[in-house]
Amino acid sequence: MSYIAILITYIFISNFILVQFLGLCPFIGVSKSSESALGMGMAVTFVTSIASVVCWCAYQFILVPLSLTYLQTITFILVIAALVQLVEMIIRKISPPLYNALGIFLPLITTNCAVLGIAIINITEGYNLLESFFAGLAAGLGFTLAIVLMSNIRERLDMYPVRRAFKGVPIAFISAGLMALAFMAFDKSLLTNLHLV
Amino acid sequence: MINILYAFLVVTGLGLLLGFGLAFAAKKLEVPKDPRLAQMEPIMPNANCGGCGYPGCAGYAAAVVAGEAPIGLCAPGGSELSRKMAEIMGLDSAPVSEKMVAFVHCIGSVATTNKDYRYEGMTDCNAASLLFSGDNSCKSGCLRLGSCIKVCPADAISRQEDGRIVVDPDLCIGCKKCTAVCPNGVIKMVPASATYVVACNNHESGAKVRKACSVGCIGCKICENKFPESGCKVVNFLSEIDYSSSQAQIVDAANACPQKCIVPMRGGDVEAGMNQVVAQRD
Repeated sequence: MSYIAILITYIFISNFILVQFLGLCPFIGVSKSSESALGMGMAVTFVTSIASVVCWCAYQFILVPLSLTYLQTITFILVIAALVQLVEMIIRKISPPLYNALGIFLPLITTNCAVLGIAIINITEGYNLLESFFAGLAAGLGFTLAIVLMSNIRERLDMYPVRRAFKGVPIAFISAGLMALAFMAFDKSLLTNLHLV
Repeated sequence: MINILYAFLVVTGLGLLLGFGLAFAAKKLEVPKDPRLAQMEPIMPNANCGGCGYPGCAGYAAAVVAGEAPIGLCAPGGSELSRKMAEIMGLDSAPVSEKMVAFVHCIGSVATTNKDYRYEGMTDCNAASLLFSGDNSCKSGCLRLGSCIKVCPADAISRQEDGRIVVDPDLCIGCKKCTAVCPNGVIKMVPASATYVVACNNHESGAKVRKACSVGCIGCKICENKFPESGCKVVNFLSEIDYSSSQAQIVDAANACPQKCIVPMRGGDVEAGMNQVVAQRD
């Protein structure tokens, strides 16, 4: 699979939120304003890209030689949590503006299932190191796309007279469902049509 | 068997490695916090009322340390906090600002104020205000539905037996949340040291006020003309007290007021306050 094909796959065809339904918690929780949604999306992209690489290394260089691959879930969680904490510290040290932009979102991502999801998918799909990195990057970008679209929809929804029983999160979930239907239009044939496979 | 041991060792070792790694990194990458901020945070009132315009007490403290905000915006902390903050910031003198407290400038009750119609809607002043500016004939008085009671972070606002809303000046932290929520602007800030307040907010002419309410200021100017030392000045048919003046004759002015709407601020019950004033004078 070429790198462009991987990007298109995880941004559109297997979008983490709208097709695989991973990471719904921040998707609903942080999509009230487009500004914070973009911040969250950037933070997730950052973490999925790095976590993909680190988890791939942990799997290939620790678990495979010791034939302990059944420990991948717990190992990945450990590695991701520590990694996010470390990244937060480093950002706070070297770039206060970036810390102010991403800082509050980073701890939220520590145990996000989208991050764990991409780490496991990288293994099951048998990607190499660079492919894993691109898959992580694309998963984050797909997440950003979905959450930014959602936040814009929710900002507009706030101005419409929604029935009280549906106001807030319920109408957001219904909107998310309709968005997911729209994303069903992207499937594997997209790659064939673009002559990427 | 050896596999289980390996699994145990790998997970434990990884956990230990990452844990110690993080602890080491936390030491190594520690961002030195401004010592002034560390000193300032514990002395903040931590009411997090937002009255200063910053997100909570920590936000205000950070802004002061960064030099972005002036000292003395914190109403709950008052002059005591300003002094301490100035000390931490290395300033010689704290900007002195008089503590301001909220006061409901209306003593109208069901007994004194006429109604235009019977309001049966939500118990919310802003909702009632949408219907002809409320049910009172006086359109600038207290609607007595208690929206201010709900927003007060210090529980300083309470309802009297006759329905009047009263702010306890000793509990009020001066965050101005009630002045913002009140649709009629009947809650205004007065200095905490004030003794007497004109408890009316109606700027209409005397005849109109009399029709609506028996305790409203009619702008008769008795307080202003007969007791020039009281600090009272009638502007647009409503007496206003200049709190920076000596207010020497304010007690006499309060007694002479035909509408009895100049009331002692800490009187609690107006009647009792008035009796107390009369007793003092005799």
